[in-house]
Amino acid sequence: MNAPVLEVDRLVKHFPAPRGLTVHAVNGVSFTIREGETLGVVGESGSGKSTIGRTVIRLLAPTAGSIRFRGRDITRLSDAACRPLRADMQMVFQDPWSALNPRIRIGDLIAEPLKLHTRLSAAERRDRAEALALRVRLTPELLTRYPAELSGGQLQRVCIARAIATNPKLIVLDEPTSSLDLSVRAGILDLLAELKEETRAAMMFISHDLGTVKLISDRILVLYLGSVVEYAPSDAVFADPAHPYSQALMSAHLPADPRAVVRRHVLEGEIPSPIALPPGCAFASRCPVAVERCRGSRPPLEAVGGDAAHLAACLRIAEGANRIPAEALHP
Amino acid sequence: MSLLSVEDLHTHFISRDLDNEVRVAKALNGVSFSLDAGRILGLVGETGAGKSLTATSVMGLLRPPAKVVKGRALFEGRDLLAMDADALNAMRGRDIALVVQSPKSSLDPLTRIGDQLIRIHRVHRDATAEQARARAIEMLTAVGIPDPARRMAAWPHELSGGMAQRILIALALMNRPRLLIADEPTTGLDVTVQAQILDLLRDLVRQTGIGAMIITHDLGVVAHYCDEVAVMYAGAIVESGPVGEVFARPAHPYTQNLIGAMPERLKLGHARTIGGPPPNLYALPAGCAYRDRCLRAADVCATPPADMPLTDGHVARCHRIEVAA
Repeated sequence: MNAPVLEVDRLVKHFPAPRGLTVHAVNGVSFTIREGETLGVVGESGSGKSTIGRTVIRLLAPTAGSIRFRGRDITRLSDAACRPLRADMQMVFQDPWSALNPRIRIGDLIAEPLKLHTRLSAAERRDRAEALALRVRLTPELLTRYPAELSGGQLQRVCIARAIATNPKLIVLDEPTSSLDLSVRAGILDLLAELKEETRAAMMFISHDLGTVKLISDRILVLYLGSVVEYAPSDAVFADPAHPYSQALMSAHLPADPRAVVRRHVLEGEIPSPIALPPGCAFASRCPVAVERCRGSRPPLEAVGGDAAHLAACLRIAEGANRIPAEALHP
Repeated sequence: MSLLSVEDLHTHFISRDLDNEVRVAKALNGVSFSLDAGRILGLVGETGAGKSLTATSVMGLLRPPAKVVKGRALFEGRDLLAMDADALNAMRGRDIALVVQSPKSSLDPLTRIGDQLIRIHRVHRDATAEQARARAIEMLTAVGIPDPARRMAAWPHELSGGMAQRILIALALMNRPRLLIADEPTTGLDVTVQAQILDLLRDLVRQTGIGAMIITHDLGVVAHYCDEVAVMYAGAIVESGPVGEVFARPAHPYTQNLIGAMPERLKLGHARTIGGPPPNLYALPAGCAYRDRCLRAADVCATPPADMPLTDGHVARCHRIEVAA
């Protein structure tokens, strides 16, 4: 098995809220990403996806828990101590328009990480920037342009070129294709799939688009209100989601095929506030199979059907009562 | 007679550049489609294709420099584009309703939602305050707002995105319109909420027999909620027809690309070169606007393609259909 690149253990991230209250954004999340592996992180808005992405590469300081990067504990490193690590851990953001300085030329934007993290000469950086541009399929004449002259897809390629410039071991991609049109998105996904093979970097692919996540991920982390509800190989989650929330989420996905039969479970009930999380399972208020016991304490992540690779946090699984009943599904 | 029939609609943006030269962006170039009562039409295409502009042109909501330069939009036989402002004002919000993008910025932030619902009703219908209030509660119930009587007093900023979107739909339906145009009604909403909103729209169309047009770039939404689909590229409809037919046998190379780019159909690692820059509306190529990006383009594509009827209501605007098939 490949070496783990990122090991996250019981990560907690709180944010202060007005009137002395606390937003519980991430509540004890654990996962591992290995070399060459892509972890898809899915969940609805407010589930903590982006917060986790930013915390594991230490753009945010965790409240509790531990983060190990290539075996080294980086949980408590100061910002200054984190800086040299940035060459090995990179991020691609959702909105390429705001991720790039509008007053710097494309060539210099791509060379910027090289300037910060390597001792290459200006001429070497230029050559490398040109090679990187070609790698992400940008034509070299774009190198002298400014961001405003490029399309969204081209700008996202620039962001990807910057992210791979220093041969990082971990790349966090936060909704990298969500702001792009469909045909442009396909090209970016192609590129990411190639880079995944080529660089063997560990990738964390954050998205709310299940179709895209399924395409590119080896394993999936399903989040609900800052907690992991399911963590399993991609095929297993999509073919047979164990947690009722995963089932509802997968059932709401609309494949672009009018012949595909969609039987959706429409979630009802209120979503708890991350300021005042319930003591038990956070999903219990909307869960069609919840019982009183679910509201008592937080369910642990446990192997589903004895499969140590497939984890889910639901008390009803062991009882065989985790399936959303067919009569609760809408055609 | 169709509920809405748009014929050869041309909308241009006419402005002057720094040298005071007139510049014309041909944003809509002969858009034609029709929609029957009780049906849902999906209008799809990428950013800048003219989807929203089609809706605002039909509704008479264009602002300068945008201008309809040619075409008709017949609603129950009457041309909306030839109507004077008063006549159009009387119809908008009553007979034709538009659900715009970005629900949170479309509600009046200084008016309680109940008052907004009551206001739109009393502007168009002869109703007492009590009748309007009863209707508002009825509509909030219909769009699945829990505890509607209490929610009447809510302020827009208190609503979640999904809730605000439902309020907009309730607003649109207050006066029982016969045509509903929804522009990206679920973009930005979580998938589980998206399903609820779309279910609601579909049920309304099925139950009340109104006609609806959904503008979206999500082919999954079209595949599962629309009866007909019209695909836009560079301000024109390049292919249209029944959803099942168009998805099973897309005829226009652009539609084929679009459907092939859906995650479900995508095979990664093909290093595809599709995508490309969107067409320059200031200088559209003569002939087919897609030919610069089209892998099947030939000399004939330098002349404007005509609509080719395929099967039952399935039409594509391409010279090279026999090659594509």
